[in-house]
Amino acid sequence: MGKVLNLEDLKEIKAKAVSLLATRGVCADPLVKVVNGKADVLICGGTGCVASSSRDVREALVTEIKKQGLQEEVRVILTGCHGFCAKGPLVVVYPQEILYCQVKVSDAPRIVSETIVNKQIIEDLIYKDPQSQEQFPVYHEIPFYRNQLRLSLRNCGLINPEDIREYIARNGYIALGTVLEQMKPQEVIEIIKDSGLRGRGGAGFTTGIKWEITQRSPAKPKYLVCNADEGDPGAFMDRSILEGDPHSVIEGMIIAGYAIGADAGYIYCRAEYPLAIQRIKIALSQAYEYGFLGKNILGSNFSFDIYLREGAGAFVCGEETALLASVEGRRGEPRPRPPFPSIAGLWSKPTNVNNVKTYGLVPQIILHGADWFRSFGTKNSPGTATFALTGKINNIGLIEVPMGITLREIIYDLGGGIPKGKAFKAVQTGGPLGGCLPTEALDTPVDFDSLVQAGATMGSGGMIVVDEDTCMVEFAKYFLTFASAESCGKCVPCRIGGRRLLEVLTRISNGEGKPEDLDEIEYISNNMKEASLCALGQLTPGPVMASLRFFRPEYEAHIYEKKCPAKVCKGLITYRVIEENCTGCMVCKRNCPANAISGEKREVHYIDPNICERCGICIEVCKFDAILIE
Amino acid sequence: MNEAIEEQNFDLKPLLEVLEEYKHQKGAVIPILQRTQEIYGYLPKPILKEISKRMRIPISRLQGVATFYAQFHLKRRGRHLIRVCDGTACHVKGATKLVDVIEENLEVPAGGSSPDYKYSLEIVYCVGSCGLAPVVIVDDRVMGQAEPDKLVRQLKRIED
Repeated sequence: MGKVLNLEDLKEIKAKAVSLLATRGVCADPLVKVVNGKADVLICGGTGCVASSSRDVREALVTEIKKQGLQEEVRVILTGCHGFCAKGPLVVVYPQEILYCQVKVSDAPRIVSETIVNKQIIEDLIYKDPQSQEQFPVYHEIPFYRNQLRLSLRNCGLINPEDIREYIARNGYIALGTVLEQMKPQEVIEIIKDSGLRGRGGAGFTTGIKWEITQRSPAKPKYLVCNADEGDPGAFMDRSILEGDPHSVIEGMIIAGYAIGADAGYIYCRAEYPLAIQRIKIALSQAYEYGFLGKNILGSNFSFDIYLREGAGAFVCGEETALLASVEGRRGEPRPRPPFPSIAGLWSKPTNVNNVKTYGLVPQIILHGADWFRSFGTKNSPGTATFALTGKINNIGLIEVPMGITLREIIYDLGGGIPKGKAFKAVQTGGPLGGCLPTEALDTPVDFDSLVQAGATMGSGGMIVVDEDTCMVEFAKYFLTFASAESCGKCVPCRIGGRRLLEVLTRISNGEGKPEDLDEIEYISNNMKEASLCALGQLTPGPVMASLRFFRPEYEAHIYEKKCPAKVCKGLITYRVIEENCTGCMVCKRNCPANAISGEKREVHYIDPNICERCGICIEVCKFDAILIE
Repeated sequence: MNEAIEEQNFDLKPLLEVLEEYKHQKGAVIPILQRTQEIYGYLPKPILKEISKRMRIPISRLQGVATFYAQFHLKRRGRHLIRVCDGTACHVKGATKLVDVIEENLEVPAGGSSPDYKYSLEIVYCVGSCGLAPVVIVDDRVMGQAEPDKLVRQLKRIED
């Protein structure tokens, strides 16, 4: 493939490429008809599905298709994440668009002969709603997808992320061609400003204004950085986009580079994402091959390079000044701002730092215009929000919804509610630096400002749901343990404050809490918030503050009554045998790792609380519900 | 023991290739260290000195970077990583005994590596598989309800 010469040339390439997607029914092009007998089988190649051996399923399908002599008609394509990770490995058969869940290698022959050849649906592989038991064979009609609005994720799971032609077929790089041929840098900035796009990394700063500040900074050269150091536990939005649609991010970066007047960009991706790194590398080399990167892009005077930098295992590097230090080859420690990176970033030159999702949205805003983007979401937070939905929720996975949707809609309509009929307790947004919201806040609209007002943060998109069995003290302690261990140690409020806060929380959860501890938490938290150097230290107390605000009685129960209402904190619970239920079967006694259970055969057993380790194994093995926690 | 290894001769050729590759990239210290670790398995001091000399970066700065990030190792590690869980459930089920027999039979001290660098041994805290206690994780494979003799046999059988 030679370099693409100009926009017209690119449009011709696109016209040829659309046939690649013909069976997937996604081209608005009426000239492309589905050729009879052709089919595409899409297998999810996202990290979640790969972990549940989707690659083996792919091999099995390829073998089976060869065996039945269908390799001319049927293509097997490994895509990026479909988002419905709980049901993986996922297989979608086009043109019928049938979704099969939890597909095993042994299902391959059935899928080929029954669905592809005979056009029959395999009942036991399709999705069933856990509550209504209703069956949904068609991908789009599943409630999980039906309620989504996929802009950032529009290509994820639909195209082969390792084939640039499939991206081009979806209007890929057309925005870049249009910008380079028909627009001045300032016009690009105006569109992004008008669109109201706000940074998807968490803080929600207006992207167009950030670009303008960088553009107007006099120093040269200028740089561009894509922050793909997604380190929050329970967050995988950026990873999924980089794995499923890497070209959208690359195209967004090139457009931003042109608007700002930068010569080079860096993608800083954490090393824990090997698949994303591999796909970025493939995408970059294809973009160079087609002439979307390098010298004189698409025949214009604009030249731009993108380099990939892998993180080396430091959460703090998600903070922009720490990230820049890391790209420069130094310890990833943050520095005070101002000056902001837009004025003095990489090697003290003006540098624009945006998140993966922010860049990924740029090409579509250019193609469809600022008003189109503003037609989604709310006035102050236009567009969509992408969340990784995890925790105690039925549909674990990746979702994209219009801003302004309520938490209740996300959790119950898309997420399918809480499993096992348990009650919802809280939802944590913004990861270990965010905050949790209780049942009363379920009708809060999800946008940058409403979430902050309610006491949480948007963050970059982790959403963890917990049920009645979760102890909020323990939950806050978990995030605090993570965040304080990741403190880089440069500034005192974060380094010492995090540790002191953890000590107080540990004390409370061990049943050694003192009445003054709650004031102590507030005192330390406020100091950390006010005095820490970067967002890591400022937001580390976030989860503790939010849970104390909404679940104060739970903290008080730990301190005054020495009780853990959720029966989680080991220092505050005892395991006891319910005498009426115990049959003396001795299963618990045999399984107890601490030998804390005594009792003879067919006699009521006894758990010695002084020896008991509170591991919970006895409850798991007891068949008679004869053990309770109190 | 480690002194002898410090003095051993390293093949510098692959390192020089890496340095050549990144010659024109600004600030490529971290990718260079990452590639170096891929080659040697860890970041040996003589190699860091070599990088420092050739890139004209003070060794203190390289050391600073290498110790900041969790990914870098300054001590040579074994080819197989044995992690013994010593969380509460595993502890009472005899994790200490497991550590003892591994140390004795495979000549690998906890927190260190065997002389032939086949194994490294780490003690970790609760991997969340208490129902399988005591738990040993070898590379990425979880071995539950580990028994000392059987475990040693299994570990010895691991191919290099």
